[in-house]
Amino acid sequence: MVERITPLLWLLFSAGGTVAALLFPIHLFLTGLAFPLGWLEAPRYEFLHRLLTHPVTRLYLLVLISLPLFHWAHRFRYTLYDGLQLKHLTVLIAVLCYGAALVGTAMTAYLLWTIR
Amino acid sequence: MSAGPHYTPYHPRWYRRHVSVWWWLQNRSYTRFVLRELTSVFVAFFAVVYLWQLRALAQGPEAYGQFLARLKTPFFLALDAVAFLFVLFHAITWFNLTPKAMVVRLRGKRVPDWVVVGSNYAAWLVVSGAVAFILLRG
Repeated sequence: MVERITPLLWLLFSAGGTVAALLFPIHLFLTGLAFPLGWLEAPRYEFLHRLLTHPVTRLYLLVLISLPLFHWAHRFRYTLYDGLQLKHLTVLIAVLCYGAALVGTAMTAYLLWTIR
Repeated sequence: MSAGPHYTPYHPRWYRRHVSVWWWLQNRSYTRFVLRELTSVFVAFFAVVYLWQLRALAQGPEAYGQFLARLKTPFFLALDAVAFLFVLFHAITWFNLTPKAMVVRLRGKRVPDWVVVGSNYAAWLVVSGAVAFILLRG
């Protein structure tokens, strides 16, 4: 089963890697460092909430959160196999990794769908 | 009729050298490889932070304020600083690897590696500028 959908998983891995490479540094720099440290002013609630009412923003956030989670799932799976030599737990690890990415995606989709 | 003959498979004890779990610390390029693989953990961490922010925004101004306050704690500042370095490492290694993973051809000729890598960095610059421009207006 896992072998059969590997091409799809690899596609998600590489799409997520590209999204994370292009977009995560700036988002992480602003949200994680520049805003909390007061270098730049954090966006106000009203502003972000208004942005979120636009469908393009919602689609953007779904892509921004979901694809990198699948990137993590795929890469981390192999990190566990090689790094910790857990080859014998293949199925369990795959289920946990991709399962976590699916849960994260479902939560994101639910929030984006219900937010008003 | 009895079931087919029972074979005893020949199963020698395999010769396996024991490899330590820390095999990747013995060589610099192995270490780089494992650090690159570990960037995915920080990628996932930040995806979760963004999901958390989204939930705060869905809950209202108070929750968003709490989210902002929580990110100001030393714990999250330290974590975010480390995560930022790992995410940068991911971005740089990812951009530099693309010409090896994907060969781009234009009019039958292979586009040189530096053009592919260069356009990655150009796209990175443009996209980062656009994100900063939008978020800093609010």
